[in-house]
Amino acid sequence: MTDFLPPALILLASAILIGPLRGHLRSAVVLLAPLLTLWAVWQIPDGVVTTLPFLDYTIEPVEGSPLRRLFATIFALMAFVGGLYAFRQAKWYELAAGYAYAAGAIGVSFAGDLITLFLFWELMALFSTVVVWCGGTPGARAAGIRYAIMHLLGGVILKVGIEGVVVHTGTIDIQPMLATNFDTWMILIGILINAAAPPLSAWLADAYPESSPTGSVFLSAFTTKTAVLALILLFPGEPVLIWVGIYMVMYGIIYALLENDARRILAYSIVNQVGFMVCAIGIGTQMALNGAAAHAFAHIIYKALLFMSAGVVVYRTGKSKCTDLGGLFRTMPLTTICGIVGALSISSFPLTSGFTTKTLISQAATDEGMLVVYFLLTAASAGVFLHAGIKFPWFVFFQKDSGLRPKDAPWNMAAAMLIFTVLCIVLGIFPEILYRFLPYETDYVAYKPGKVIFYLQLLLFSGLAFFLMLPLMRRTLTISLDVDWFWRVVMYRFGVVLLQAISAAGASIAGRTRALLETARGFALQHLGNPGGGQRRGVFARAWPIGTTALWIAVMLTGYVLVYFL
Amino acid sequence: MNDSQKDDAWLARPESIRLLWRIFWAVLAITVALQLVFKVKGYFGVDGWFGFGAAYGFIACVAMVLVAKALGFVLKRDENYYRAEDEHD
Repeated sequence: MTDFLPPALILLASAILIGPLRGHLRSAVVLLAPLLTLWAVWQIPDGVVTTLPFLDYTIEPVEGSPLRRLFATIFALMAFVGGLYAFRQAKWYELAAGYAYAAGAIGVSFAGDLITLFLFWELMALFSTVVVWCGGTPGARAAGIRYAIMHLLGGVILKVGIEGVVVHTGTIDIQPMLATNFDTWMILIGILINAAAPPLSAWLADAYPESSPTGSVFLSAFTTKTAVLALILLFPGEPVLIWVGIYMVMYGIIYALLENDARRILAYSIVNQVGFMVCAIGIGTQMALNGAAAHAFAHIIYKALLFMSAGVVVYRTGKSKCTDLGGLFRTMPLTTICGIVGALSISSFPLTSGFTTKTLISQAATDEGMLVVYFLLTAASAGVFLHAGIKFPWFVFFQKDSGLRPKDAPWNMAAAMLIFTVLCIVLGIFPEILYRFLPYETDYVAYKPGKVIFYLQLLLFSGLAFFLMLPLMRRTLTISLDVDWFWRVVMYRFGVVLLQAISAAGASIAGRTRALLETARGFALQHLGNPGGGQRRGVFARAWPIGTTALWIAVMLTGYVLVYFL
Repeated sequence: MNDSQKDDAWLARPESIRLLWRIFWAVLAITVALQLVFKVKGYFGVDGWFGFGAAYGFIACVAMVLVAKALGFVLKRDENYYRAEDEHD
């Protein structure tokens, strides 16, 4: 059938092994399986390498291409660093779920047809929910249920679209399409739900911060970025994505600015960053798609790095609110530095991976002469520095002295952070390493003096704006309402009212029925029975004289005889 | 600011903060001044103007903070809002 080991199966097998194994053996599986997967990813050649008969279809579980390998590479790398970060602290079932979740992401990366894509898509939904639940708090349980409902709903919508496409076109191939009819719209919406696109963005900032410090690192990487890959494969150049992306970019900034919880700030900034990628996919040129892919690659690294540094803080202090934190740089220098590098990368500061990848997207917008898009994206770049680049490290590590003196990261967490910190800077200084593996060839030069100066001005003056407006940004013990308010509050209250109305109506009907029966019984007793047992009797309770009875019997018999003979 | 706890870190001392602010202003001035030496390529005209990046970044951030602040009046709720909602019945 095939000479190639499907990479997703390696990770899936390791997820199964993590449970029964103990001690060093388990650690070995956790650390080696992703590396083996990474090796397997690079054995996959271009084109379809495996086919399987499934029902009446021929499915293609493994199809290689530069783009697919690029995403699978970063997913495998993420699993390795996530595993390293988590293996001494996380519960074994969280590790197993995290690895199965990563296996789903790698499966989606290589899915050659819509059926395989859907299967791995659901695998991810399933095990990411388990990772959310591993937060272990009542809040995590509730958020996990909301998360699962949202993703199962998204899965159903995606499935409806896939069925429609299969029935109407007769092919299950993954190929570029545009949202032109009901089927393709359903697929697009199904994917966009996983990308945390509006109006259903709230699940991300709702669920991720409820997970454990280690779980949020896994969660930050896979779901939204597989959605980005699926959009690149299925909807390159779909114009609606440009504006969906712009909305996500702005949404992320505004909500992150309002937020108090450090990990929720980072969660909102995932939506913001994925917005850049979605917008690029909407632009759809080779430069733009390169930008989306490169940015996804870099984003997974620095976003995981940010979540890891926030995770160390939560792990050491048990706190994640900006109002409780501050001044941690004193005793957590390594975590602070790693957090700052992540923050600079997400802000696309020159010499970091964000700069060398996000500018590809801006370049694509200018190449197409999209003035409004370009200026909005540039404003958003400034906004990223504001909400994630400075706000996150400032409120967590500096700001005031919270009096907390936690120890710095345990060695494995520190090692995981250092790997990604180095990668952020290496990809920032030598972007050609990444550019070589992009889906389209490019001779893009990231560093031109004018461009560097422009970005330095943009970002540093954003920093100035931040510090001048600090009084306006005092943290409050609040959350911000999102679209999910409509079902968490309005629909819930409506449901409660409806339930009350139904039970009131039920009670009223039952009461009336009983009253009616009572009346009928009284009436019957009165007129037919023998109420009170006295002389007055109803029709059926009366004793009839023998004569009358005999007369009626005679009448009946006569009638019978007559009928018989006639 | 006098107790020893707050003075322990160099970064937390008022004089170092004053120094950092001075360095920051200087860096800001340098990044703008560098535009005299290196030309910033303006793709749409205006973005090549002198100090455009600086002004645009600053204004965009002020606008976003103010918009967020305004939306906050509508969107912000106590952090136990949803928990209170669950215990409503």
